[in-house]
Formats: sequence, C-alpha cells, structure tokens
Amino acid sequence: MSVDVLSLRARLSYPQLELDVREELSLSGVTALFGPSGSGKSTLLRLIAGLKTPRAGRIALGSEVWFDSRSGVNVPAHCRSVGFMFQDSRLFDHLSVKGNLEFADKRSSRDAPGIVWQDVVAALDLEALLERRSRSLSGGERQRVALARSLLTRPRLLMLDEPLSALDDKRKAEILPYLERIPRHFDIPTIFVSHALDEIVQLAGSMIVLAEGRVQAYGPTAAIVERLDLQPITGRLEAGVLVHARVRGHDSRLALTHVDLDGQPLKMPIVKKLAVGETVRLRIPARDVAVAVSKPGGISIRNVLAAKIERIAVDGDSAFTEVFMTLRSARIRARLTRDAVEKLNLTAGMPVFALIKSVSFDRRIV
Amino acid sequence: MILHEPGPLLLTLILAASTTTILLVLGTPLAWWLASTRSRLKPVVEAVTALPLVLPPTVLGFYLLVVMSPASPLGKLWVEAVGEALTFSFSGLVAASVVYSLPFMVQPLASAFKTVGRAPLEAAASLRASPLDAFFTVAVPLSAQGFLTAVVLTFAHTVGEFGVVLMVGGNIPGRTKVISIAVYEHVETLRYSEAHVLSAGLVIFAFCVLSIVYSLNRRGAAAHVR
Repeated sequence: MSVDVLSLRARLSYPQLELDVREELSLSGVTALFGPSGSGKSTLLRLIAGLKTPRAGRIALGSEVWFDSRSGVNVPAHCRSVGFMFQDSRLFDHLSVKGNLEFADKRSSRDAPGIVWQDVVAALDLEALLERRSRSLSGGERQRVALARSLLTRPRLLMLDEPLSALDDKRKAEILPYLERIPRHFDIPTIFVSHALDEIVQLAGSMIVLAEGRVQAYGPTAAIVERLDLQPITGRLEAGVLVHARVRGHDSRLALTHVDLDGQPLKMPIVKKLAVGETVRLRIPARDVAVAVSKPGGISIRNVLAAKIERIAVDGDSAFTEVFMTLRSARIRARLTRDAVEKLNLTAGMPVFALIKSVSFDRRIV
Repeated sequence: MILHEPGPLLLTLILAASTTTILLVLGTPLAWWLASTRSRLKPVVEAVTALPLVLPPTVLGFYLLVVMSPASPLGKLWVEAVGEALTFSFSGLVAASVVYSLPFMVQPLASAFKTVGRAPLEAAASLRASPLDAFFTVAVPLSAQGFLTAVVLTFAHTVGEFGVVLMVGGNIPGRTKVISIAVYEHVETLRYSEAHVLSAGLVIFAFCVLSIVYSLNRRGAAAHVR
C-alpha cells in the first residue's frame, strides 16, 4: 500500500469553534476522523480540500504544498489532487450518471496510473445505472456514483465526509462493502469522517480523534478504542475490544461460526462469507462481558474463556469499573460495577473466567 | 440604424432583443455577485437594481434624459465617439431600456443562482473544474429555468415600456417610435382602428409569452418533484 504523509498545521476561528491542528498523518489505507458533532471534522476536511482557508498554517501532501500562510501559497481547490465525497453526494442533477462520471473523468490528469473508467464502473456496479438521470437514483446509488465520480478525478487522497450519515440502515449496509473495498482496490489513502464508531472499526485501520478543534489522539483504531482517557470524548462509543481470531468452521444448523481466540474456542452468529482458516477481527463490547471467579455451569452464556486480570480501572465517580483481562495475548475488557469488583475481591493478576455474551464480526484481516 | 425606417413593430422587436442581449451580458455577473457576495454593499446595490421597479417612468426618464443629453459629460463623450446625440436616438432608447428593465433580468437570475447555492460549485471544484468552468457547466445549466424567466420577462417588459421611451426617445418614426408610442399617438389623433390593431397584437403577444413561461416553469417544477 502506498504511504503519503499529510502534514497538517492549521488554525481557524469561528464563533463556536477554535480549530488548531498540528499533526503529521502517515496515510495508508483508511484513516478515520472521529469526533462529536461540532468538533471540526468537516471543517478540517474542507481545509485540506481547499474549500475553506485557514487563518494560518501549512498543509502539504508529501512534497506538494497546498497551503502555506508564511509563503503565501494557497492552491485553489480545483488544483489539489483530492477526491472529495460529500455527505449529500452532490451529484449534478442536470446530468445523467454517465455525465456525472465524465465530468470528473474529462478534467482529471490522465498521467495518474491505476484508475480506469471500466474498472471504476465495474467496482461500484454502475454499469446498469449509467444512462439514468441522477435525480432518479436512491440514496445508496447516489453515494456509489459520488464515490465513483471522486475516484475518476484520479486523486492522491480520497476524503469521505460522513458518507453514511444521510442513509438509513438498509442503505448503509448496501454501501458499506464498497467503502471497505474501494480504497484497497485502488490503493488510494483515504480519510473517512464519521461519528459512528461501529463504522470506523469496520473500515479504518487507524483513526484520529478530534474534539473542540484539537486532535486528542491519533493511532491504530484497535488501540484507540480501548483507551479509557478518551471516553469523555468518545462517550457515545460503546467501549470494547477488537481481537484477532481464526475461523475454524461453520455450523449451519445452529447458525454459528466457530473461531479460535488464543487457543480457546469461541462461537458467534454465523458469517458465511468467511473461509475456514481465515483471520478475522472481532469486536467484543465491554458491557457484554461478565466475570466469574470459578467456571460456572448451567448458564446460557456459551462463551466462557479462561483469562487473567491485568488491571482494574475505576471510571470516574461512576458505579462502574473497567476490568482488563488477557488470554494469551488477546485482551478482553469487561464493564463491571464497583460493587461486583469488591464482592468478588477481583485484583490484578487473578485468574478468572470471562463470560462473553456477544461477539460480532468486524472485518477481515488481510 | 442600418435598417431603413423600420415600422413600430419591427423597431420594438429590435429594441427588446438588443436590450435583452445586453442585459444578459451585464446582468448575469451582477446577479452572480448579488447571489454570492457577503459584502456590506450588497443591500445598496440591491436597492439600486430594484429602483426602476418603484420609480415612476417619468422620473427615471427625466434623469436618463439629463444624463444622456449632449450637455452632460456622458452625453458629450457619446457625441464625440459616435457623432450623434444619445437622446432621441435608437441607441439612447436601448440604453434607457437597459436601465429600465435591469431588475427583470437581475432578480430572477439572482434568485436562481441562490437556489443553486454553493454546494454544486464546491462539488465541481473538487472535480477539478475552475470557477469559470464550473459556472458555465454547472451553475448555468442548473439555473436554466431562471435564465428563461429572466430573458422572457426582460424582453416582454421592454416591449411594454412607454414612459421612459417617451421621455428619452420622443416619437421619431423609424428611430424611436415603438408600438406603445404608436398606440398613444393613434389614440391621441382618434385613429382608433389602428390603435386597436397594435393594442390587440400586444395583448396577444404578452398573453402568449406569459403562458409559455408559466407552462415551462410548471414542467420544470414537475421534473424536480420526480
């Protein structure tokens, strides 16, 4: 995968927002830009795209400087090799689907290799839609066309501004696989704005957490979603862990997929598309994990894993604690009441059983 | 004028066509500016643009007469350049019509541009279209309805003007005697049958034009709903 460094130093003030970002982003694959609404996510994206001008700073992709307040450089939006997919798709309603794609295709630099019309149309399944008026498309179809259109500008960087937020769950499920596949297929570094953590863990290998106009954290998604100190910001995100497991087989009668997590068996609702032997990333929400000091019997929870408590963190003044456990190398996290921790005398280093009520498939690991 | 003594009908059509063409060129950038600017001057410019709507044609005509007279700096400049006075000439009539019909071009265009908004233009910029490119390939086609309304209203309004024409152009056959003036003259001289022909023609013309505009607008709206 290609890696590009996006160097960001930008300041901007609004009545409600003071944006101040200094970060060097090594963009490869999908990077999520996460933050509560009003945190400046879209503004930051617009600054990168040149749709908005910072008060001061410097924005550069690799050796290409797009903005530098000190030397007076401000490359206009249409000269920056950024593909921008808007939340509301912004297709041109006076053109057909084909016309929309041609608009981008005609104006893009042909010397950028790798992106061919037929390939884009095929990858987004647009062949049947080409002659349609863009006005007649469904929300999901519009987003597919918008994604294809931004790809055809042959960008060095693809930016998706909350591409799923305007869609209902059914349409979301329809477009997600494309968002997952396209950046990898065309090998374009992608920044994906979202305030939905479930989307991020599914799509992005790394993430940036933005709050009140400042970058609070930047790093691998799996590491960031586990960080307790970010919870005030990521409040809405359901705390949990991402673990890697190997698929052992499917049981179609009970609709289960068996996986192997650090040598221990784990059952989850069947995901038929997974092949035996494949490594997958799973998500285990902390609130769906309970802890027992001895192996329980006669219980409906089917996933009972032997683990060891690594540490116990109190969550502020609340009634809850976060209990971090390790298997062999994988970590599991449980959200327990302080009361339970006290009554069971849970301490670091103690061997316990993690009772896992739900596991969900997150993404494949390639 | 190259044309040899055109009658009131032809003269009116030429006047309306020239006025519309000139206003299309001048009014489009002005409407664009009004639709997109955040300048503090905007309300002032808007008010000036709308003045011809509220002022009596005689007031407008009076000032235009003053400004265009060979005694004024502008009128003098025109005489030096062209060799004839702007007042009581066809060129003067066109100039006056441009001022008089300005709001009919600018207001529909500005509101169409405002409806299109910034979003499609940002999309165009993200697709490598320069601002001028985006204007012609995105803003103009998306404002087609507004352009149609503006052109038809400007044309029709110019055909129908009377007061300003009388003040600035007088009543010179083949040069400034347009339909509305001819009707006035026929009535004054009690030649009612001639007045009837021209008036009825104008009523039918106005009715047809407005019917076409409204039906096209309806179709455009229906297409949007679909």
